[in-house]
Amino acid sequence: MTIKELIDKNIFTLLNDGENHDVALTGCYCCDLLSIAMGHAPEGCIWITVMNNVNTLAVASLAECGCVVLACDVVADDAFLAKAKEQGITVFRSDLPVFDAALKAYNCL
Amino acid sequence: MSCNDSLHFQYVVSKDDFTHAGSASSDVKNKLKKMNVDASAVRKVSIAMYEGEINMIIHAYGGTIDVDIYEDRIVMCLKDTGPGIANIEEAMQEGFSTAPADVINLGFGAGMGLPNMRANSDEFNIESEVGVGTTVTMTIYFT
Ligand SMILES: Nc1ncnc2c1ncn2[C@@H]1O[C@H](COP(=O)(O)OP(=O)(O)OP(=O)(O)O)[C@@H](O)[C@H]1O
Ligand SMILES: [Mg+2]
Repeated sequence: MTIKELIDKNIFTLLNDGENHDVALTGCYCCDLLSIAMGHAPEGCIWITVMNNVNTLAVASLAECGCVVLACDVVADDAFLAKAKEQGITVFRSDLPVFDAALKAYNCL
Repeated sequence: MSCNDSLHFQYVVSKDDFTHAGSASSDVKNKLKKMNVDASAVRKVSIAMYEGEINMIIHAYGGTIDVDIYEDRIVMCLKDTGPGIANIEEAMQEGFSTAPADVINLGFGAGMGLPNMRANSDEFNIESEVGVGTTVTMTIYFT
């Protein structure tokens, strides 16, 4: 599945379109501790987390995650959205808990 | 470019500056990509350098990162101005952290930064003196 296909599935709300539609999504990854994610998040993953600060985006970009899903209805503030835009990272939000959001994404892969 | 010529870059990292945290690592990543360095090496450099950069922001008083890019490798030297690490062996252990509550709330403090740095480097060296500072040198070869 590509990012474009995930956007079109409409299972999550799109918060930032990173304009990287052709990136292939390889799987789901759930973690809120940044250096564990840094060490283990696979390239191209859909990273589902509740950690809604700009450091999440730095990790997503450097570890080359495919996209970020903020689960559990956490809020993305202006700084977060500005950074996502600047870095070209596709970000979604969902009111589902982390596991349920990941399961939903997994079933689309 | 011969094996012993390098492109040199220096970055200044400021204490507690979470807004720009990762910008030095991002810049190096973009430079390596432009130079067509192998993607897996770029990813290792990004991970190792980010963890070092963030440690200088969280645990130290900031400092400088010197980066030398050679034809076959990159050498990153991260030097901060204190407070230093009393027990390096303990700090290197997976899960060891002294991160304060406010940075734990940002998602740091798993005690995996230094282990990630070592795991992603081909050569890793850390030296520290309490009251003076810590210097981490990492070399990663481009396959
Ligand atoms: N540059 C530094 N100056 C002083 N102390 C440091 C420095 N880098 C690491 N440390 C010490 O070593 C410990 C372990 O560092 P490490 O990066 O592995 O974990 P962490 O930063 O606490 O958490 P994480 O990196 O998982 O978010 C730190 O908690 C801190 O006590
Ligand atoms: Mg760390």
